[in-house]
Amino acid sequence: MNSEAKSHYHILPLRTYITVAGALMVLTVVTVAVSFVNLGGWNAVTAVFIAAVKASLVALFFMHLKYDKKINAVVFLMAILFLAIFLSFTFFDILSRGDIYSEVEKSIKGKAVIYDTMPFDSKSAGHDDSLTVENNEP
Amino acid sequence: MNTMPEKHYLNEKRGWKSWLFTLDHKRIGILYLYGIMAAFLVGGVFAMLVRLELLHPGRDLMDAKTYNQFFTLHGAVMIFLFIIPSIPAALGNFVLPQMLGAKDVAFPKLNLASWYIYVVGALVAIYSIYAGGVDTGWTFYTPYSTTTSTSVVAMTLGAFILGFSSIFTGLNFIVTIHKMRAPGMTWFKMPLFIWGLYATAIIQVMATPVLGITLLLLIMERVLAVGIFDPAMGGDPVLFQHFFWFYSHPAVYIMILPGMGIISELIATFSQKKIFGYKAIAFSSLAIAFISFLVWGHHMFVSGQSQLASMIFSFLTFLVGIPSGIKVFNWVATMYKGIIRFDTPMLYALAFLFLFTIGGLTGIFLGTLATDVHLHDTYFVVAHFHYVMMGGTVMAFLGGIHFWWPKMWGRMFNKKWALLSWLLIFIGFNMTFFTQFILGTKGMPRRYYNYLDQYQPLHAFSSYGSWVLGLGFLIMAVYLFYSIKRGPVAGNNPWGSLTFEWKSSSPPPVANFETEPILKHGPYDYDKIIPERTYS
Amino acid sequence: MSTPAKHSAYLAHHFSDSIQQSDSAKLGMWIFLLTEILLFGGLFVAYAIYRAWNPDMFYNAHKYLDVTLGALNTVVLITSSLTMALSIRCMQLGNRKRTMHLLLVTLILAGVFLIVKYFEYSHKIHLGQLPGKYYTFTGIEGNNPHIFFSIYFMMTGLHGIHVLAGMGVIGWILKRTSRGDFSPEYYTPIELTGLYWHLVDMIWIFLFPLLYLIG
Ligand SMILES: [Cu+2]
Repeated sequence: MNSEAKSHYHILPLRTYITVAGALMVLTVVTVAVSFVNLGGWNAVTAVFIAAVKASLVALFFMHLKYDKKINAVVFLMAILFLAIFLSFTFFDILSRGDIYSEVEKSIKGKAVIYDTMPFDSKSAGHDDSLTVENNEP
Repeated sequence: MNTMPEKHYLNEKRGWKSWLFTLDHKRIGILYLYGIMAAFLVGGVFAMLVRLELLHPGRDLMDAKTYNQFFTLHGAVMIFLFIIPSIPAALGNFVLPQMLGAKDVAFPKLNLASWYIYVVGALVAIYSIYAGGVDTGWTFYTPYSTTTSTSVVAMTLGAFILGFSSIFTGLNFIVTIHKMRAPGMTWFKMPLFIWGLYATAIIQVMATPVLGITLLLLIMERVLAVGIFDPAMGGDPVLFQHFFWFYSHPAVYIMILPGMGIISELIATFSQKKIFGYKAIAFSSLAIAFISFLVWGHHMFVSGQSQLASMIFSFLTFLVGIPSGIKVFNWVATMYKGIIRFDTPMLYALAFLFLFTIGGLTGIFLGTLATDVHLHDTYFVVAHFHYVMMGGTVMAFLGGIHFWWPKMWGRMFNKKWALLSWLLIFIGFNMTFFTQFILGTKGMPRRYYNYLDQYQPLHAFSSYGSWVLGLGFLIMAVYLFYSIKRGPVAGNNPWGSLTFEWKSSSPPPVANFETEPILKHGPYDYDKIIPERTYS
Repeated sequence: MSTPAKHSAYLAHHFSDSIQQSDSAKLGMWIFLLTEILLFGGLFVAYAIYRAWNPDMFYNAHKYLDVTLGALNTVVLITSSLTMALSIRCMQLGNRKRTMHLLLVTLILAGVFLIVKYFEYSHKIHLGQLPGKYYTFTGIEGNNPHIFFSIYFMMTGLHGIHVLAGMGVIGWILKRTSRGDFSPEYYTPIELTGLYWHLVDMIWIFLFPLLYLIG
């Protein structure tokens, strides 16, 4: 059984670990260097991309995902997938938050019968300036 | 004549220490059962008091502030302390390893730890009642939750701790299902309850951490005013709702999916028929788990969320109807031409089918953008989720309790009293909550202390229903506890079920099986094997 | 399933063999790491939203973070990840002494990380660049700069707590190694500690560019 248990695990050569650590150091230098170059919106993208490459190296070699049971890699990827869902679906709201305010400013159907019975001026209905949240306009 | 096994997990070791330090998944399941029963009692008392207050408009027995705290505590206790751990942690813990033919869950110490964490979380939550109560509703919406003077921090800390208990249970179940199945137990030979628990566990480990960080951020907002959720500090309160519902929508599937699993077991067993569409039911559980992460925005149609987001979330919400429908149709098809026996567990399964269908369909109304604007935050919503949570999950839970009761204790409850209690619960439930659909469509807002006179008859009828419901539960508590010691000996397989857990004695031995179990047939092969029943 | 002969000291009674046991442990650990990723995930989402809403404020505020110290800490954590991975390799090869040395180096590097962090924190506290209502600094232009520092302190603080917890676990594993608990046949606890430590490193790999290097 001991021989069985041993063959179950991969013992990576020392060189692999050193190379991966070296690559991580180089990428750290690259990401710092790139941040001093103005690429506009692409700065954030490259920073996250380089970080993702570094994280993949750590996961594949240091954490042995490359040699491990597939299910462990699936678990890891699920975490990334659901985080991506969380982020992107929230952004459906965040990036187009303004659209309801433009609708409100058109005044909600000023001719509707219900406004006749209301104590306040029908034209001002839905025209409240405080509705515009400054913070949300980038 | 049936006899009890001489040695089993209940009498192998004795004394309170043998319970508090047990690593046996069956005993931990029983410990959880006591915990959630206590929580159900507390949450139920709050519910009865809330209904009593609503008997007439204006003050009946408490002021508005107390009323706000009571409905908050009803919600928080029922959700975090009762319904989320109910089926997975109590019944699931007891049954899952037995169904798989394993000796225990993968991590028994973690399992016990999760129970202690549950107890600590519960104590912290109860402490919040002493420290001023909470009046935010169980949803803790900002900005009210960052400004109210009640003890929001203690309650959220309690919920945060309870989250870990839930995560540990889910983690344990996933690993157990992956690695601990008995020889011959392939993925598609697993009972459907296991599939339900598997899908549940996935949601537990994926969604609960986000609740954790949300509650931490809320605590930070109260302590440091960090400005993430609090508009006074430049934060965005709608963002809190995104964070909260990213967990809490999937959480309603933590509540219902294991219930659906139980229903699959009950319907197959009590129809003595091979389950119709095994793979469809199994995969629909996973599909529900996945889709549940894509729809949380349907709670925010009138919160100031963008129109684009509302449209996407509304559309995706309809998708949930597909796998849910697949399940209901398959259960009905299983019963078709079956040899149906109306034993107590089956009665609860039938109640589930009826009530869950109503709850599910009214959910479609609420997922539709235009109707939701009208029905949002009315009693229609209250009725909808009680039909799903109580008509669905609690009915399934009660069905499961009655089904596995003889397995747990080796003794049978009194079926005549069980029938009476079922009738009262079914009638009382519909009296209480169907009325609320009507109240909601007439415009009665939820969570209100006072209301217009025209709603009074319906409110009163709903409150009367809650008394019938309470009486039903009281009777159940009496006959169940009575049967633990004095019920007739049930025998090993009283319902004639083919799943693994009935192969051992009832109550089972400490190691679950006398001999190494090997799977010889599928869990629902009633067409090939007629199981032996030991009690009728 | 199992024969009694296979049951050695470290095999729990409910597993049938050591492969089943170590596979279960690793899967369990990966699921735990998944919950950690999603826990931090909430903060990353909050970060992304407030950066999307206030790109200028984020740019102005990030200048007050020290890139040199951040980069130094990145190097420290990567090195500690390397020593952690190598310590497992040494145990696989049966070299217990070297395993202990490498674990000790990992522990020291984690301490260095926290010391550097301490200097960064105390500098910010000195300037009044604190989260939320305790923010008193006046030198940053843009909307609500306190939100940047709220996010900075919460992200690095939660990460710092994880580093601290990691140090505790590594210390415990070190003690168990010196006690002779582990061998080339059984070293699962070191492996699980390693997985946790690499995740802590991985999160810092994202925190560093997102907080210190806003272009
Ligand atoms: Cu929902």
